[in-house]
Amino acid sequence: MSEDQQLRVSKITEGTVIDHVTGGQALNVLAILGIDGSGGEEVSIGMNVPSERLGRKDVVKVEGRELSQDEVDVLSLIAPAATINIVRDYDVVEKHRVERPGEVVGVLQCPNRNCITTKDEPVDSRFAVLDEGVRCAYCDTIIRESIADHIHVD
Amino acid sequence: MPQDHIISAKHLSRADIELVLDRAAEIAADPQAVSDRHAGKLLGMLFFEPSTRTKMSFSAAMKRLGGDIVDMGPVDQSSVKKGESLADTVRVVEGYADALVMRHPLEGSAKMASEFVDVPLINAGDGAGQHPTQTLLDLYTIRESAGFDDLTVGIMGDLKYGRTVHSLAHALTTFDAQQHFISPESLKLPRGVRYDLHEEGAAMREHTELDEVLDSLDVLYVTRIQAERFPDEDEYRKVAGEYQIDAETLAAAKDDLVVMHPLPRVDEIAPDVDETDHARYFEQAHNGVPVRMALLDLILEGNL
Repeated sequence: MSEDQQLRVSKITEGTVIDHVTGGQALNVLAILGIDGSGGEEVSIGMNVPSERLGRKDVVKVEGRELSQDEVDVLSLIAPAATINIVRDYDVVEKHRVERPGEVVGVLQCPNRNCITTKDEPVDSRFAVLDEGVRCAYCDTIIRESIADHIHVD
Repeated sequence: MPQDHIISAKHLSRADIELVLDRAAEIAADPQAVSDRHAGKLLGMLFFEPSTRTKMSFSAAMKRLGGDIVDMGPVDQSSVKKGESLADTVRVVEGYADALVMRHPLEGSAKMASEFVDVPLINAGDGAGQHPTQTLLDLYTIRESAGFDDLTVGIMGDLKYGRTVHSLAHALTTFDAQQHFISPESLKLPRGVRYDLHEEGAAMREHTELDEVLDSLDVLYVTRIQAERFPDEDEYRKVAGEYQIDAETLAAAKDDLVVMHPLPRVDEIAPDVDETDHARYFEQAHNGVPVRMALLDLILEGNL
């Protein structure tokens, strides 16, 4: 790969670079952001690249998009070490680590099929964030493994 | 602490519980004293699932306080049948009553419904979730028959789906009871309940055999194991058979062991236990009226 090509992949003009994502979670990060390619978003990802801090990490770069707090909150559940870099005009203007929120609302779907939030009712799912995993505020179901499998973005 | 709704035993402090039990004892001692205390008040009954004891004892309780009930009736004759959401149903019905009692087949339904209404809403069972008013009458029965001091309770049967068990375990933790949970491996307490009990520092152990703990128990709380929880009839019969008790089983227990059951029972407690001094389940069911009278009284007065 020439230096020019490498630059084209790694630099973005405006948008967000999500760095230090837990290795293998990049596609789940895109799922949280509701990006599946059909919207024409410009995205580049690196998966399982060497990292001093994490051993292996993923990197996700999204052109023209800054993340909402809700998105960052859910991101923290699957990538607790992630850093969010906001880029404007090629410069990183803001950089911060994700923080685990007290709860996440409207993003995860409760795996309990008998939970009221999975039915046709005017209520958002709501999960309390525990030290390990998350817990449905309505039916008390705890999710510890594969939280990203329960991401449900309309 | 004042609370508008009774959704989960988790939210009931020891002081809340003792307030209800003390009031229930006063009412049981002199029911006439409250016979027109809530005249003109209406309790809305929303039972989306069949119920005998809970529904009848709430009706009796409200009427014995001088009030009356308005009943949604069976689901198949209501607007629910037309596809109305639960949120809409409760928002409509709250306009007809001073408080609501709701049973629903889905977990979390009572909590969600309570977010849409201003009148107090009492959870009378939400799927496999919680059944806090059953717990109040269970605790009343325990206090009357065994007391709370240095109490050891065995809870046996379907601990996974049994909502009465989930509520009771939370409440017993606030009374520092030693709890033994006895069930087949496949019907152990759900992760959410175990998590809470550990967080609250409950003194608890899990077992698969009753005889490991029977002789240490002051109370044995038996629940029904339902056939539909098993892949086939044979498996159900095999497992359920191991969690049945009869008078002979109880020969190994303390003389003053109290046997309780939220009812209905099928065959998990043999009829010969009814004749022993251990049996307390019919008295337990009868306690539903004074306890629910006490709860309704405190809620309608805004004192809980």
